[in-house]
Amino acid sequence: MKNFGKYIIFISTLFLRRESFKTYFNLSVKECIKIGYESLFIVAIVSIFMGAVTTLQTAFNLVGPLIPDYVISLVVRDMTLLELSPTIIAIVFAGKVGSNIAGELGTMRITEQIDALEVMGINSSSYLVLPKIIASILMYPILVVMSAFLAILGGYIAGTISEVIAGTEYIYGLRYEFNPFNIPFALIKSYVFAFLVASISSFQGYYTEGGALEVGKSSTQAVTKSCIAILIADYVLAQILL
Amino acid sequence: MIEIKNINKAFNDNQVLFNISGLFEKGKTNLVIGASGTGKSVLLKCLVGLLKPDKGNVLFNDRDFTNGSKKLITEIRREIGMLFQGGALFDSKNVEENVMFPLNILSKLKKDEKIERVNHCLKLVGLENINNKMPSELSGGMKKRVGIARAIVNNSKYLFCDEPNSGLDPLTAIKIDNLIQKLTYELKTTTIVVTHDMNSVMEIGEKIMFIHQGKKLWEGNNKNIFNNKIKELDEFIFSNKLMKKIKP
Repeated sequence: MKNFGKYIIFISTLFLRRESFKTYFNLSVKECIKIGYESLFIVAIVSIFMGAVTTLQTAFNLVGPLIPDYVISLVVRDMTLLELSPTIIAIVFAGKVGSNIAGELGTMRITEQIDALEVMGINSSSYLVLPKIIASILMYPILVVMSAFLAILGGYIAGTISEVIAGTEYIYGLRYEFNPFNIPFALIKSYVFAFLVASISSFQGYYTEGGALEVGKSSTQAVTKSCIAILIADYVLAQILL
Repeated sequence: MIEIKNINKAFNDNQVLFNISGLFEKGKTNLVIGASGTGKSVLLKCLVGLLKPDKGNVLFNDRDFTNGSKKLITEIRREIGMLFQGGALFDSKNVEENVMFPLNILSKLKKDEKIERVNHCLKLVGLENINNKMPSELSGGMKKRVGIARAIVNNSKYLFCDEPNSGLDPLTAIKIDNLIQKLTYELKTTTIVVTHDMNSVMEIGEKIMFIHQGKKLWEGNNKNIFNNKIKELDEFIFSNKLMKKIKP
């Protein structure tokens, strides 16, 4: 509870004694490249295989004369939009971006770079953390949209190559009884997860004490705590919104 | 001028500083000396606002830094330059960007003027044509020099140096000491150097405060330090063989 209180205070300090808009804009653009662009490859790889495997496993479990083939892509579509793309990619995002944020801030802390900012009269938490949160919130939903597209594409490729479903059936299943709310639901989840990963990882890194060993511990804790927060938020959002 | 009045600081039950008072004069290199773990760095952190004293005040030209308004504290902080023990250069920025950093945040100069100012400061610290080097490409002494350039780039009125000689060879250490003193005279800053290096004491100790176990035990300069009557200070000064040989 003490840590949670400290986290809330930390978040509130991000909005105090801010620098100019231009400063945050430039920093946020740099962070967008680091957080978004540099995550494209891993997100793409995970998404394509996630869709491919989901297609094959669904096909394997739904064998029967009464079940039409298009159900496979319907299942892939809904699983991807509701859970796999926002949540599984959030776990990957926590592993890649969260650990990076915690490691970077932790190193800055132990090498007195954060103290140097404070001595200059700069609100170090706002200067360092706010652009990371802004960039995460901007970039993660884009990654999720891309992930959903690639997962469905991966499913199409795997399904047609292995001949478990015909291309036309797959497309038909994608369109069949589509609930448009699934997309805003996935986006709402992605905004929440992006905030959680960036803020929790920043919190862990910012309050690192000690040396190189503690920086490693902070990175590990950042990933662990982000994953737990993602899963809890996932449950709460599903309960509230569905 | 910086005045400190009855500074007390504790971490949980561990009292680190006990009623430390003193005056640090403008245009002089003021040294805070003492053995490791005596509270020098904690005192320095209280002076620059990284730690808040439990009791007591820090006054920058009679402006109360400890209990002042947020606006006043920010105003004073922007007059402070600090050299950290390891340099504390930003790893992701090159030398020019590191030195220019305070100007980007705190000044409204144009890009050309900023570059001119950065080059001027790098020249003052004896480093030229290394603008594009990254901190990882610099030696320990060069990092300290870049750190000093960053500390003075914004025309700082107060210069704080935390163990400026740590990790440096004796020759480079003396060069850094002399550089700090030269800048103090040229820029008329109030300079406070925290150190445990006796070479620095002899080289630039115009005003010295000796701290032992969180208490101020002695105040003076490098001319009268050998005439002190404090046992702890004597032990500190003559702790190595070389100093023991010249003990009066």
